[in-house]
Amino acid sequence: MDDVLLEIRNLSKVYEGKDVHVKALSDVSLTVNRGETIGIVGESGCGKTTLGRCVVRGIEATGGEVLFHTEEDGIVDFLKIKGAQLKKYRKDIQMIFQDPYTSLDPRMTVFDIISEPLRYNTNFSNREIEQAVDKIVEQVGLNKAFLRRYPHAFSGGQRQRIGIARSLILQPKLIVCDEAVSALDVSIQAQIINLLEDLQREYNLTYLFISHALSVVRHISDRVMVMYLGRMVEFGKTDDLFKQPLHPYTKALLSAVPQPDPDIAIDRIILEGEVPNPANPPSGCHFHPRCIYASDRCRREIPPLENKDGRLIACWNV
Amino acid sequence: MSEEVKKSSKTAAHSDEKKSEKYYYASQWALMGRKFRRHKLAMGSTFVLLIFYLTAIFGNFIAPQGTEQYDGKFVNCAPTPVHYFHEGKFVGPFVYAMKTERDPVTFMAHHVEDKEKVCRIKFFTEGDPGGEYKWFGLFPSNIHLFEAEEGGKIFLFGTDNMGRDLFSRVILGAQISLFIPVVGMLLTLVLGLFIGSLAGYFGGWVDTVIQRAIEVVRSFPQVPLWMALSAAIPKTMKPAQVFMLMTIILSLVSWPGLARVVRSKFISVKKEDFIMAARISGAPASKLITRHMIPSFLSYIIVDMTMSIPSLIIGETTLSFLGLGLRSPATSWGVLLQETNKLETIMFYNWKLIPMIFVFLSVLAFNFTGDGLRDAADPYK
Ligand SMILES: Nc1ncnc2c1ncn2[C@@H]1O[C@H](COP(=O)(O)OP(=O)(O)O)[C@@H](O)[C@H]1O
Ligand SMILES: [Mg+2]
Repeated sequence: MDDVLLEIRNLSKVYEGKDVHVKALSDVSLTVNRGETIGIVGESGCGKTTLGRCVVRGIEATGGEVLFHTEEDGIVDFLKIKGAQLKKYRKDIQMIFQDPYTSLDPRMTVFDIISEPLRYNTNFSNREIEQAVDKIVEQVGLNKAFLRRYPHAFSGGQRQRIGIARSLILQPKLIVCDEAVSALDVSIQAQIINLLEDLQREYNLTYLFISHALSVVRHISDRVMVMYLGRMVEFGKTDDLFKQPLHPYTKALLSAVPQPDPDIAIDRIILEGEVPNPANPPSGCHFHPRCIYASDRCRREIPPLENKDGRLIACWNV
Repeated sequence: MSEEVKKSSKTAAHSDEKKSEKYYYASQWALMGRKFRRHKLAMGSTFVLLIFYLTAIFGNFIAPQGTEQYDGKFVNCAPTPVHYFHEGKFVGPFVYAMKTERDPVTFMAHHVEDKEKVCRIKFFTEGDPGGEYKWFGLFPSNIHLFEAEEGGKIFLFGTDNMGRDLFSRVILGAQISLFIPVVGMLLTLVLGLFIGSLAGYFGGWVDTVIQRAIEVVRSFPQVPLWMALSAAIPKTMKPAQVFMLMTIILSLVSWPGLARVVRSKFISVKKEDFIMAARISGAPASKLITRHMIPSFLSYIIVDMTMSIPSLIIGETTLSFLGLGLRSPATSWGVLLQETNKLETIMFYNWKLIPMIFVFLSVLAFNFTGDGLRDAADPYK
């Protein structure tokens, strides 16, 4: 079996409504290897959640493919499969939600929440379901005695553990973590990150780790993708990207966080202005109105994504 | 367990409750019950409704007279006072016998108490012939809750112009006036839930067509629409058939309100994270709807249904009052109020307005109960 787990090809999403037409995701392509963690960063509104939800089919993408490398059926397009095939592979791609308060059905007990995926995807007896739940609950660090309680009995961190248990119980291959720790207190964030890392080692999980918290992404990711207004602007190995960001937007993002490492020399760029409205994006390079290097060409033409020493970057000036 | 000590602002509000182990194991309905019980007015109203409905269910036993009984000697008799003391001595509940006098000036007959003759009130007595009924339509009986001793008459709310006991008629009328709205509401629920779910779950052109239909039905003024439909009921129909037709008419006019609520609830719950989570974990549409979506707004539907009953009560009363719904000898509160549309009634026989008090009380009680339910409907806020 090859090392590649998933190939995201030209994934696009347009939100179409009565009088809205938002191009939230434009032609994002990304190859994800087994067992790695890919960090996805960018300011709020740049389409990170949209990307994650399209990949797990929480929402329908309007264009592109998500090629899933399977053992039995070779390469399948996860976005197109239906019926029995969807049932077979859906459980391989799961998601951890940002908000541990809205993502658990408050009317169900913790046991019912965690066991629900098993009821739809397996023919387990009640006994087997109980065993599976007990095992996973122990792994995510919840108390078995509390399984008959309802979610309102738990704190944010514990709820997130419940969400993790639910996403893990089907033994997926890929988990999209959409701001999985952002809603939590800092001390609890660290516990959950450690938990995610332990689980990754144990089950050889692959993570798409979405976050706007750069320090967390730097800690957990093998490779990082930077997004701006629905597009990938830079992609590379975590260390390279953080030590030597190339895209002006990446530089600006990194400038905003305190640098622990004094020998990292980046040009400090202060990010000015607001993220433009994606319903009406700027011409040319979407970043040009906020970019100090912007030239005429940047205003006219969208820069293509180019490979520079193993780094993908979309900028006319690099 | 350092996490447990920490709180999130959402749950901190009920920190006293949080300590209780029971709270942790409380389902949605248990939490709603807690919140509802704190709403004193709603609790009181629910109690009133309970008494009304129990009284109506056991109406034939509680009412001294049956629907077809009357006493020609006691026409337009004022409410009988109930006494406890006779000439300073306690004798328990009793009424004085009644004699008829004629006003020397107007020559109108009226009934006065004969202070000589004490007639005790007896309980669980065999009623007069004509008061027979069947328990739950099965077991024949003629036992009534109370009656005055031989020679006495007890009309707690007075009598009408045929000598029928108004107290009995109010109770027997409740059997129709309080149950037509409930049956009508259940019909409304079936229609509203079905049509609203179609619109909300599928969206698209289905939604557009249904929304237009809702707007059309809602743009008719309710009362004239009821009147037009009711006027079409043939006069020769049996009361039971009229009852059925009236509930159908009332719900045909009131389903759009509920359908709208159901539709908008579907649309908003579709976007919830926990719905997406269930979908990602492989839930088929049927499970999504029945396990997650409907339970998430069922409590709001119950609120809405409770709030819609008052207009159905008033609907039945209005139609019958106008002579378009039930007609005598069938008995409902609206039928009873028909008699009050003459000026002399209000001048001389004002007790005939008593049924109005019950219409008023039940409408109010449903509204207050609905208020309490609405406050309790989302126990997670
Ligand atoms: N359901 C929706 N309808 C219309 N626009 C949406 C919807 N969801 C998100 N958007 C828009 O798409 C853009 C990307 O949103 P999102 O993916 O949530 O970004 P992020 O997760 O990076 O903050 C935003 O501008 C947002 O307003
Ligand atoms: Mg987001």
